[in-house]
Parts: sequence; C-alpha cells; structure tokens
Amino acid sequence: MSGKTLYDKLWDDHLVKQNSDGSALLYIDRHLLHEVTSPQAFEGLRLAGRKPWRIDTNLATPDHNVQTTDRSGGVDSIVDPISRIQVKTLDENCDSFGITEFKMNDARQGIVHVVGPEQGATLPGMTVVCGDSHTATHGAFAALAHGIGTSEVEHVLATQCLIAKKMENMLVRVSGQLGVGVTAKDVVLHIIGVIGTAGGTGYAIEFGGDAIGSISMEGRMTICNMAIEAGARVGLVGVDDKTIAYVKDRPFAPKGPQWEQAVEAWKNLVSDDDAEFDHVVEINAEDILPQVTWGTSPEMVAPVTACVPDPAQMSDPVKREGTERALHYMGLKPNQKLTDIQLDRVFIGSCTNSRIEDLREAAAVVKGKKVASSLKQALVVPGSGLVKQQAEAEGLDKIFMDAGMEWREPGCSMCLAMNPDKLGAGEHCASTSNRNFEGRQGFGGRTHLVSPAMAAAAAVVGRFVDIRDILSA
Amino acid sequence: MKKFTQHQGIVAPLDRANVDTDMIIPKQFLKSIKRSGFGPNLFDELRYLDEGQPDQDCSQRPLNPDFVLNKPRYEGCSILLARKNFGCGSSREHAPWALEDFGIRAIIAPSYADIFFNNSFKNGLLPIILEEATVDALFQAVEANEGYQLTIDLEKQVVIQPDGTELVFDIDAFRKHCLLNGLDDIGLTLEQADAIRDYEAARRQTAPWLFS
Repeated sequence: MSGKTLYDKLWDDHLVKQNSDGSALLYIDRHLLHEVTSPQAFEGLRLAGRKPWRIDTNLATPDHNVQTTDRSGGVDSIVDPISRIQVKTLDENCDSFGITEFKMNDARQGIVHVVGPEQGATLPGMTVVCGDSHTATHGAFAALAHGIGTSEVEHVLATQCLIAKKMENMLVRVSGQLGVGVTAKDVVLHIIGVIGTAGGTGYAIEFGGDAIGSISMEGRMTICNMAIEAGARVGLVGVDDKTIAYVKDRPFAPKGPQWEQAVEAWKNLVSDDDAEFDHVVEINAEDILPQVTWGTSPEMVAPVTACVPDPAQMSDPVKREGTERALHYMGLKPNQKLTDIQLDRVFIGSCTNSRIEDLREAAAVVKGKKVASSLKQALVVPGSGLVKQQAEAEGLDKIFMDAGMEWREPGCSMCLAMNPDKLGAGEHCASTSNRNFEGRQGFGGRTHLVSPAMAAAAAVVGRFVDIRDILSA
Repeated sequence: MKKFTQHQGIVAPLDRANVDTDMIIPKQFLKSIKRSGFGPNLFDELRYLDEGQPDQDCSQRPLNPDFVLNKPRYEGCSILLARKNFGCGSSREHAPWALEDFGIRAIIAPSYADIFFNNSFKNGLLPIILEEATVDALFQAVEANEGYQLTIDLEKQVVIQPDGTELVFDIDAFRKHCLLNGLDDIGLTLEQADAIRDYEAARRQTAPWLFS
C-alpha cells in the first residue's frame, strides 16, 4: 500500500464519521469569521434556538467593509450606513455569543487571513474554515483550510463539523531556483496560467519542490491564497523548520510542554515519500518570469515581457470569445505590449500581498523615488494593525509617503471595493490582489494582478516595467 | 430548505465560460445582513447599463437589451444553461441566493467551481453536470426554439427534452436525498452529536493544544 499525502493525513485526523453514501463528517479546529458572510448564519442559529458548539474555536474580525482612512471614531465612523450596520452586526453577534473579536480599533484587527497566522490562531495540522474563499491561505501551515458558504458557517457554529467529501490529490512541484525579481506571486500566477482557472477544481493542491521550500512562510501564504484562483479550494505546503519557526511564540500558539508535543506531531505533516497523487504538475522554476494579468480571469496572465494575445489565433471558440470579451472590457488591443499599458492607480494590499515582507519588497523598489505624475493614486494598505505597526517601526510608511503613496489603515480595501477604495470605470490598476474579474475593484475597473515589487515599479514608471531591469540597474 | 423533486421550466442560455460569483452578484449587494431580496441584482453589471446600488428601486434602471435575461423570449425562465467553471471565485452564498430569489431552480453546465456547487445544494438550487457536447447541443436547441423548456426529474436523475429523450446526470446520493426531502443539514449532523463528542475526547488526548 502506498503512503499518505499530506491531505490524506489531515483528512484522516479530522474524520468524525465516514458515511456509506460517500459523505463524511469532518471536525473543524478553527473557524474564522468576518462581517460579510456571517450575519445570516448567526440569525439562522438564533431562529433555530441553537448555540455555538465550541465558542473557543471561533475568532472574528471585520475586514471587508472597513474604511482605510481615519477610524478613530470606531464602527460609528463608517460613513456608508449599510456597511456600518454589517460591521455592527458582527460586533453584536460576537458580543452576545462570547466570540473573540478584534474590533475596528484593536491593533490586532486586519484581514482575517493575515490575522489568523499572525496570531498563531492558524496552526499546522488544524482544519481551518471561514466564509471566504481565500481561506486557502492557511494551507501554507499544513492546515486543511478552505472557504465555505454562509450555510456552512452556521453549520460549523452549531456542530463544529462540516459535511464534506474527500477531494483528489494534486501535486504541483516547482523545481529549481527562482530568478532574481521572481516572487511567490509570480510563481502562483504562472501556475494558474499553466493549469487554468478550473485546473484545480475537485483537488487539494499540494505545492512542493525545492523552489517552494526556498520560499518564506509569507510567500507560501501568497501561493496557497491563490490556489482557489486555480479552482482548488485547498492549497497546502508541508511542514518544515520555517513553518515551526514562524508559529513559535505567537499569542495563540501552544506553550511549554504542549509546544514540544505539538512540534513532534507537526513534523509528520508532510506527504510520505511513497504517497501517490492523482495528478502531478511539474514546473521548472527557471521558466517563471515576473507576471502580469491582461484579462478578466487570473488564468489570463503572461510574463511582463510578452504581448496581449490575439484571439484570432485561437482555435477553441469558447476561449476565443472569452478573450475577445476580456480585451474589450480591458480596453486592450491584440499584440499590444504589456509594458505599454498606461496605469491610473496602484494598489498594494489584500490577503494575498499585505504582509510585512510584501511591504518591504515594495518599499525597496520605491525608496528615494516618486510615483509617476500620470497616476491618480497609489495606495498601500497593510494587512493588519500589527503589520502596520511593524512597517512604521521600520520606517516603511515614510518611504511610501515620501514617494507620494498613500499609507492606510488595515482592511481588504480595493481588492474587492466593498469599502470606499475603488477604481473608476475604465481605470487600469496594477494590483497585488487576487482577482481581475470584471467590476471586482469597482464598476468598469480594469485590474492587472502583479507582485508587490512589480506594483511598486509600475507606480514609479506609470506603466508596467520588468522588475528585473530595475533590480539590475 | 426548499424541496426539489421535479421541475419544468423555460431555459435561458448564458453563453460564457468562467462566470464568477462577482458577476452573479456584485460586492455592493453583499452588505445586506439578510438572506433574501438579491434577485433584482442578479448579474447586476450585465443586466443593467448603470451602476447598481443597494436598496435601489431596480424597476427604474436602464436595462441592457443584449443581456439574455432581459430578452422577452426568456421571461419567466427557471433553468439556466451555462458554460464550464460556472460560479468560480468568491465563496459568497449570495450567488445562489440571488439565483434562487430571481426564480432559477436549476443550472445545467459542464462544470462548476466547488464552493458554488456546494452552496447551491444548501439552497434548493440544483446544479446539473452534463457533458460539454450535450451542453453544446442544448445551447443550439434553446437558440433555435423560442419558449424552449426542459423537465428535470431528480428522483430519476434525468433531464427530459421536449421530444421526450432523457439526458441522465450523476448526483451525490447524500445531496440528492437532502434535496428530495428538503432536509436541514444541521439537524442531520446534530443527530451525530455523540460521535462528535467521542471524536473530541479522543482528539483531546492526542492533540491537547487544540483544546486549551
């Protein structure tokens, strides 16, 4: 019999009951909540007269609606009354059920997928769920983590379990050494370009290979975060020394003898050498160049050195029509150079790229330079209040502001524009976020997904540039 | 949850791949703390020519005449015919809520994104998977025949075409059972409360740091 994959191990460790019809009951160790996908779940719980099964596994923070400008007035300072009600509803639900919440003015508040790992609330070997598809982020810690809908949020609150069906195993192995200027974001965008936006549907993807091993925990979070953009609800990386070093001494992490016991158990959280995957994708690290998306799906991506594709050259009619529609929406012409796209705004932030390393990477590029005068705005939005504090301690805020960028309060911000930060119709944005869907960053807005370094370089020049040219200059 | 047993209805063809949940229901409508009322904003950016706002009276807004759901021949449709990877992107359950509130009871497509697929079943909305070639043929039949209707029989797991031919589809046994009977998942899981407590007791021994 062959060995187990990391996903097999995590699944087996959390199996409460396997039913004969193929469905299973899976135990949930950590439930993260935010204001958008939880109100209906709490209401459902109340209407049915049910109580949360285990309060201590829940951790909440508002992130989608919060403004990134002054918020000293707390929740009452949210101008949009509908947004305000939604954040207040989270506050009230957490207060009444006794759930730990980092409220708007708490330094620990931030994007839920930044907050979980930062607090050590995400631990190796856990099952982690949240009513948000980017819950895949937490898989960087060898945690079985995925997004759920609101009905399932209610289900987890009420039962501490999910009704689940086992996925298939996919290994994406990235071998070799990443080039200078090529970051975790470029790795995952390249992978999505190779396997497609539905390539991972039905799979838990494990990212392996020496190139993944060489990437920091924060970079691994960026990669797992976007597993969902390849269709996979789950992205995973096995435990190594970096994982354990990152978790150590975080507020929610185990301490003392329990820490030693946990570390022993976590060392087993890798796929066995003889484990068999249902599907293996081999990627050569040297083939990965800095990436830019040109279309309206994350798979519509190309190296910065490339041109916009020509739909006339495509034989598949569904793909051709999709490309034509995307180019029309994006206001781009076939065969146009990606470096010729004029930008209107730059957004550095989101659960994909708003951690301290992302901000350092961006700051290193803009240090001593100025944002192009053709830009309307360059926003830097840290992922949490603690990331913000750290960045300020390192003087990164000053570097950004000296360059003419705006330094903001933490939240999801312009990634999905539920708060006041949004694109105007027709505006092109170099964005470190995760989705370039139509209207995602604002009605009619045109998103190009890039790494923090590429976004910072684009801010300085006003259009895309190959970050490798800047780094070698 | 609403039961799903048999359903007959007008089919509307949405001819594009990778329809994401941002497209199905844009973010500004996710600010609602209710489960209902999303129907008027289903496909908001495709359906209307202006930018929609929450709590707006949509009956006064300019419609995009080219969008399929605005065409008179598809008025009253309750089955959506779609392309591959339908419902990709965000986990928002507002997407199936909006479809259901609009009056869609079933979707037919070659594939779906996992989270959307799962969310649909929790809301009495049946996502049917048929092969790409079969879906292609259905697109042609819908285009060619105004008022084209299909009948879905969940018990028999068939889509019945107007000429009586049946297209068989697969469905997970548990999900089928829940849909046919309109069962509440939480109630079912709580029947396993003892098994959950047994699991917790055992896990507490092997991984005590998860319980302290």
